[in-house]
Amino acid sequence: MSDTFLSEKSQPQLNANRLKGTQPTSAPLSVRDLAVAYHKKPVLSGVSFDIPEGQLIGILGPNGAGKSTLIKAVLGLVPKMHGEVKIFGQSYREQRRRIGYVPQRESVDWDFPTHALDVVMMGRYGHLGWFRRPGKKERDLAAHCLEQVGMGDYMYRQISQLSGGQQQRVFLARALVQDAELYFMDEPFAGVDATTEKAIISLLEQLKKQGKTVLVVHHDLATVEEYFDHVLLLNGRLVAGGPTNEVFVPDTLQETYGGRIAMIGSRSEKGQV
Amino acid sequence: MATFWIILTAILVSSACAILGCFLILRRMALVGDAISHAVLPGIAIAFLWSGSRDSLWMLLGATVFGLLTVFFIQSLQAGGLSSDASIGIVFTALFAVGVILISLNAGHIDLDLDCVLFGEIAYVQWDTLTLGGTDVGPRAVWMLGITLLVILLVIGLFYKQFKLCAFDPALAAACGIPVVLFHYLLMGLVSMTSVASFESVGSILVVGMLIVPAATAYLLTDRLGKMILYSVLVGAASSVGGYIMAYALDASIAGCMVAVAGILFVLALLLSPKHGIVFRYARRKFAAR
Amino acid sequence: MWNWIVAILSDPNTRWILLGCLLLGFSSGIIGSFTFLRRQSLMGDTLAHAALPGICIAFMLTETKSVGLFLFGALVAGIIATFGISWITRYSRIKQDAAMGIVLTVFFGIGVVMLTRIQHGASGSQSGLDKYLFGQAASMVMTDVYVMGGVCLVLLIACLAWFKEFKLVSFDPGFARGMGLPVGMLEQLILLLTVIAVVAGIQAVGVVLVAALLVTPAAAARCWTDSLSLMVLLAGIFGALSGATGTIFSTLVPNLPTGPVTVLAATVLFAGSALLAPRRGLLARRLRSIQAKSAYLREEHATLQTLSAQRAQQERGEL
Repeated sequence: MSDTFLSEKSQPQLNANRLKGTQPTSAPLSVRDLAVAYHKKPVLSGVSFDIPEGQLIGILGPNGAGKSTLIKAVLGLVPKMHGEVKIFGQSYREQRRRIGYVPQRESVDWDFPTHALDVVMMGRYGHLGWFRRPGKKERDLAAHCLEQVGMGDYMYRQISQLSGGQQQRVFLARALVQDAELYFMDEPFAGVDATTEKAIISLLEQLKKQGKTVLVVHHDLATVEEYFDHVLLLNGRLVAGGPTNEVFVPDTLQETYGGRIAMIGSRSEKGQV
Repeated sequence: MATFWIILTAILVSSACAILGCFLILRRMALVGDAISHAVLPGIAIAFLWSGSRDSLWMLLGATVFGLLTVFFIQSLQAGGLSSDASIGIVFTALFAVGVILISLNAGHIDLDLDCVLFGEIAYVQWDTLTLGGTDVGPRAVWMLGITLLVILLVIGLFYKQFKLCAFDPALAAACGIPVVLFHYLLMGLVSMTSVASFESVGSILVVGMLIVPAATAYLLTDRLGKMILYSVLVGAASSVGGYIMAYALDASIAGCMVAVAGILFVLALLLSPKHGIVFRYARRKFAAR
Repeated sequence: MWNWIVAILSDPNTRWILLGCLLLGFSSGIIGSFTFLRRQSLMGDTLAHAALPGICIAFMLTETKSVGLFLFGALVAGIIATFGISWITRYSRIKQDAAMGIVLTVFFGIGVVMLTRIQHGASGSQSGLDKYLFGQAASMVMTDVYVMGGVCLVLLIACLAWFKEFKLVSFDPGFARGMGLPVGMLEQLILLLTVIAVVAGIQAVGVVLVAALLVTPAAAARCWTDSLSLMVLLAGIFGALSGATGTIFSTLVPNLPTGPVTVLAATVLFAGSALLAPRRGLLARRLRSIQAKSAYLREEHATLQTLSAQRAQQERGEL
C-alpha cells in the first residue's frame, strides 16, 4: 500500500501536520484532522495518519492520551468534533463487514448467563442480517476459533467462571470469527497471564501472515519493539508515527510521555538519559 | 369461572413481564421498568379523555407513547450529565404527577380510581367483557393482555439475537451495525405496552413486581439466557397461582399477594439455588476447605 | 392574584398546611442533596415503598393513626429494607438496581396485603390510612405540622452538625474510612434522616411521589453552584418553594391535590435551572461547545496557513 505513512521522526511536528489538508487514501485506515472532545475538553486534536496494510501497529501514549478514544471515534462509537475517517477508502458504515473489534474487558458484564461458545458466536451476528438465526455453520466457526486461541476445552463454560486471561482469549476468538481485514484491539494485553500473552502474540503474527492489518492500543513500553512493526505515539495529538525502529526513540518518547524516560537495554548505546 | 379468568389474567401479565424483565435485569434497567410503569399514567388519562371511553386500542398505543417519552427524557438528562438514578427519579415522578392531576381534575370524565391505578382490581376483571359483533368474547383485559403477550413473543422471538447482543455487549452490537438505540426503545415500548395493558386489572405494583422479581429468581437458577426466560415465566405463573390462593385465604389484595409469593420464591432461590444459592455456596466452600 | 394569596393566608387551616409543606420541602431538599450526590436518588423511592408494611404493622399493633408511630414503623422497615438490599448485592450476583427493585416491590406488595387486611377489618374504614398513602396534605392538622416542624429541625441540626462528615462520606467513603471516620455509622445516619424525610413526605405527596421531593430540588440546585453548602441551601429553598406553590395552587383550584402540583413545581424549577444556569446549564454549555469548535477551527486554519507559508519559503530558499 502507499507509503505515505509518517516516517521522518526528526521533525515530528511538521510531519504530523504534513497530511493536513490532503485527501484520505484507500489505505486500510486513513484519518484526517480528527478531533474529539468530551464536554468541551479536547481529547484528541489534529490527528492525521494513514495505516499501511498487513502490519501490526501499536498505539501508545500516557493515560488520557486519547488512545481508546481514537479507536472509538474511528468506529463511530463516540461523536467526532471534526475530521474525516476512511476505511479502505470508504466510510465506516459501508466497510463494517471488514472490521473486527476487541473492546476492553471491563466493557462487558461477565455475569451474563452465557457460555464461551455463545459469546464467540455473537461475533457473527453482524453477518446474519436482521432475521437469520445463528446455526450450525456459525457454531462450527466459533468452535474453530476457540480452538485457535487454545480455549477449545472451555466452550460451554459459563463466562463468569473464566479467568481474566481466558476471558480475553474468548474476546479474541470473537474477533477472529468476524473474519475481518482490519482489526482494532483495545488493551488486549492488560492484566493477562503469560500463557494468554503468548496466545495473543501468536494470534497477531498469524493474522499478519494472512495479510490482515491490526491496530492495538498498548500500554507496556517494554514489549513494543518486540511486538509491533509500526507505532503511533499519541498525547492528545499525534506526536509521531512510523516504523518502530525509527519512531520509537527517546526524543519522541519523551515528547509523548513528558518527563524523562529511562531506556534500558538495546537502546542504551544510542540514546542518552 | 371467575377464578379461571382471574388466574388467566394474572398468568398473562406475569408471562409478559417475565420475558421482558429478563432483559431489563441484564441491562441493569430494572428501575427504568419501574419508572415506565408509573409514567404511563398520563398517557392513560389522556387516552381516556380523548376517546371518551375505554377504547382499548387507542389507550394502549397512546399510553405506550408516554413510556417511550419517559425513556427519551431519561436519556436526554443522562446525556446532559445527570446521574442515571436522578434522571429516572425526576422524570417518572413528574410524569406520574401529571397523570394524577389529569385524573383529579377530570374525575367526572375519567372513570379511574387512583387506588385502582396502584392496586388494580383484578377481582372485577371478568365483568368487563368485550363484545365483538354482538357476541361476548370474554374479559377485555384478557384480550388486551393476550395480544400484548403475542406481540412480545413475536418481537423477542424475531430479534432474539439482537436483544441478546445489545444486553451483553452494546459496543460490539453498535460496531456490528445493530441499531442499539432502536432495540432499546423497542424493549421499553414493549414494557410500556405491558404496563398499560395490565394496570387496569392488576395495577402498577404487580407489573413492576412481575417485571423484576421472577426474572431475578430465574437469574439465580441458571446460566443460559433461554432457560432464564423460561424459568422466569414459570416462577411468574407460580406466583400468580400461589398469590391467588394466599389472597383467598387471607382475604387480602390479590395483586399484593402475588408479589409477596414472588418474593418468597425469590428468597428461596437466593438461599437454595444449586448454582448460586447462599446455602450451597457456603457448603461448597466448607467442603473445598476440608 | 395578590388578593387571592392574602385570602389564602388569612385562613388558619391553610396557614398550617402551608407551613407544613414549606418545612417539609425545605428539609427534604437538604437531605436530598446528600443522597443525590451519593447517587442514591432512588433510595427515597425504595424507602417510601418499603415503609408501607412498617406503617401497617404499627397501625395494626396500636390501632391508632399517629404520625410518630408510623415514623417508627417506617424506620424499622426502612432499615430492614436497606439491609436486604446490601445482603442481596453482596451474596448473589444480582446488581444493586435489581436488588432495590426487588425489595421495593416485595415490601410494598406485603404492605398492600396488610393494608387490605386492615381495610377489610373492623377499624379499617376509620384508619385514614389510604389518605395518608396518597398524600392528602389538606388533611394535615396542627399536630402534624408540629411533627413536620420537629422533623425539619432534626434534619437541619443533624446536617449542620455533621456537615463536614456527610460531605466526605458522600464524596469519597474510602478516603473517609482511611481517615478514621466511622463511615458505616455515618451512612446509616444519612439513611435514617432520609427515612424521616420520606415518612413525613408521604403524608404530603404520597408514596409514589415522595422521591421527587428528595431528588428534584437537589438536582436543580446542583446546576447553579459547585459549592456544597450553597447547593444544600438552594435545594432547601427550591424544596420550600415547591411545597408552597403546591399548597397555594391546590387551595385555589378545586379538586387539585397538593402532592402532584408540588412535584410539578419542583420539576419546573429543575427544568429552568438545567436550561438557564450559567456554566452548568444547557444553553451555557451549548454556547461554549460552539465557541470551542470555532476556536479549534480557527487554530487549525492558522496552523495550515503558517505551514504553507513555511513551505513556500523553503521552496524559494532552495531555488
